[in-house]
Amino acid sequence: MPVTSRAVPPAQARGTAPHPPHGAPGSSGAAAVRRSVRRRRRIAAIFLLPALLLLGALVAYPIVFSVVRSMYDASGNTFVGADNYTAMFQDPATLRAIRNSAIWVVFAPALLTGLGLVLAVLTEKIRWKTAFKLLMFMPMAISFLAAGIIFRLTYEQDPQRGVLNAVAVGIHDQFQGQSASFPTAKARLGDKQLTKGHDGSYRTTHRTGPGHIANLGLVGVAPKDMPSTARPAAPAAKSPAGSDELRGVVYLDFTPGGGGTPGTVDRAERGLPKLTVEAVDSHGKVAATATTGPDGSYRLPHLAPGSYAVQLPAKDFAAPYGGVPWLGPALITPAIIGAYMWIWTGFALVLIGAGLSSMPRDVLEAARMDGANEWQVFRRITVPLLGPVLGVVFVTMVINVMKVFDLVYIIAPGPVQQDANVLALQMWLVSFGGGNNQGLGSALGVLLLLLVVPAMALNIRRFRRSQS
Amino acid sequence: MTTAQGTAVPRKRATARPVKWLSRGVMQLFLLVIGLVWLTPAAGLFLSSLRSEEANAGSGWWTALTAPSQLSLDNYTTLLKDSGIVQAFWNTVLISVPTTLAVVVIAALAGYAFAWMDFPGRDWIFLVVVAMLVVPVQIGLLPVAKLFGALGLFGSIPGVVLFHTAYGLPFAIFLLRNYFAEIPKEMLEAARMDGGGEWRIFSQLVLPLGRPAIASLAIFQFLWVWNDMLVALLFADNESQPLTVALQSQMRQFGSNIGVLAPGAFLSLIVPLIVFFAFQRHFVQGIMAGSVK
Repeated sequence: MPVTSRAVPPAQARGTAPHPPHGAPGSSGAAAVRRSVRRRRRIAAIFLLPALLLLGALVAYPIVFSVVRSMYDASGNTFVGADNYTAMFQDPATLRAIRNSAIWVVFAPALLTGLGLVLAVLTEKIRWKTAFKLLMFMPMAISFLAAGIIFRLTYEQDPQRGVLNAVAVGIHDQFQGQSASFPTAKARLGDKQLTKGHDGSYRTTHRTGPGHIANLGLVGVAPKDMPSTARPAAPAAKSPAGSDELRGVVYLDFTPGGGGTPGTVDRAERGLPKLTVEAVDSHGKVAATATTGPDGSYRLPHLAPGSYAVQLPAKDFAAPYGGVPWLGPALITPAIIGAYMWIWTGFALVLIGAGLSSMPRDVLEAARMDGANEWQVFRRITVPLLGPVLGVVFVTMVINVMKVFDLVYIIAPGPVQQDANVLALQMWLVSFGGGNNQGLGSALGVLLLLLVVPAMALNIRRFRRSQS
Repeated sequence: MTTAQGTAVPRKRATARPVKWLSRGVMQLFLLVIGLVWLTPAAGLFLSSLRSEEANAGSGWWTALTAPSQLSLDNYTTLLKDSGIVQAFWNTVLISVPTTLAVVVIAALAGYAFAWMDFPGRDWIFLVVVAMLVVPVQIGLLPVAKLFGALGLFGSIPGVVLFHTAYGLPFAIFLLRNYFAEIPKEMLEAARMDGGGEWRIFSQLVLPLGRPAIASLAIFQFLWVWNDMLVALLFADNESQPLTVALQSQMRQFGSNIGVLAPGAFLSLIVPLIVFFAFQRHFVQGIMAGSVK
């Protein structure tokens, strides 16, 4: 018989009589009723047996086992009480996992719900919204492993392989111009003409003035690093400068195959293209800037009379911009959260979209008629009316995020795994992945369970309310 | 344009129209960009899976967009000759199909009992099942591994199937019990009056009526198990490991293994994608319902 009056199935809640007893309707007497009751219970037991057996042995028993096991040490022989739980908050690796899990819980659900809401509202009005939702929902079908491989590739550091860094480098070069740099280039040892600055720049030791030529020779660029566009510098090295300008070449002071005189522009020596050259006046201010041509030639025009040093700024020697280290220790967790959002945004979008389409149209229309703009409608009407749906999405994401394991395990490369660690992964590592401390592992499992208890209570409450 | 249509719509709207058109254009562009952003990573995997090892090492997959001659099926033919991967693919099938069947059958039986049978403690037991909805699989790993070790099930397909079935049941029972409970009481009573036994009512009335829910559940459960890595990582050995586990072991040398990983990942996601496109509606419903997990 039902124990509580609230949690009865809807058919009974509708006010009809309880199930009629089984067996022949005409048979009477206490013995017959008892027999039929016993028979019904036996049938119910048969229907329930497989489920209860599996749930009991593989879900309920493990919970009890884990709680008990978590109070023993690694070997399992010594009772240690709550030591594993206190150790959890002293072990740096576990602490980092807890911290990262907290980052996940704080950011991922909020970002997902927000993005889902924005996209749901925007897609409402477009004609191809079904196609869009289908596309966004597709990642939900694939495994975390496949998604992990996809994003490992996307986040690849080398801009020649990872699309994200290819875009990052493209944008960077767009803003920084097309200037080149030769990280290995330097002045010849003992060169008196060039002086190295503290920031890695080079400038001419002797100051010079407009109307002069200053040729700057560098060494240390390997043949493979020379751009194929580089041309011999000698022809341009002697072209005369106008009275208000400084001219010259920046060249590789090295003749392939030997020969050549250090400090002079020999016939076979090539210019260093696309380098930035600056004229620095006596106050240390940059008076003019130029970029070298294919033959290394530069021209610093419109100089006021005075003495100048010709400078190759530090960026001529900087390593080329290599993109963002997405998979490095600092960005690994945000990067994995990004991959997670790629998977789950469609879920939020579809759920919130369903909530939107069931919203009373006339309320929105009335507000618009009264002169409310779209933002006001969104802020004052759409969001409050969607409250319950947003809550469901948010809570669902919180529960899911706490158990995240596969994505972190797959995307984080070995050396940064510790930086990306989360609770579920740490539980795995401690128990099976080399840690081999099943006491602490069990404690982490119990902690994971405790963290979802509020969700459990919420489920039960929601269910009981739906039944009453 | 504005004036031509201005007669049909209120004047206030007519002036706002060009602005609206513009904002709508911006909106569509924004969504288009988002769609592209979402598509790009997956397209990258697909194109990479069609490029040779050297091509993938030397240049980005996007170069294939302008030079399609780099694309070939070589990686796939190599992969399908790899007996380990093929074995893993069949293991995935052998794990997900029986699990799905077992979950559906066991949960349907239990769901019917919870919805329409009277027995002591019914509602309390059901509440325990509801509580089990969110129990993380992590808590079961260690104890069940010991249990299976004792029973000789550790490192075998039946072990993986049993574990998945148990952890799939709470949601399955919850879903089916709620769906079955909506069946009009009169229909069941009529069947009982006609002398139908519980088994006959279950198999000939409740199961056919519950088809939509069962379909959503089956799709959800199938994908859940097909895509699992964690459970199989522990409970399967080299002989019984599914595709996800076989592939993750190659992740250590990601750079040099991309020729295996990319087509392998594609092999593992093509089945879910087919299921997704074939059963869109049930799929979305299944995922939505399963989100309580």
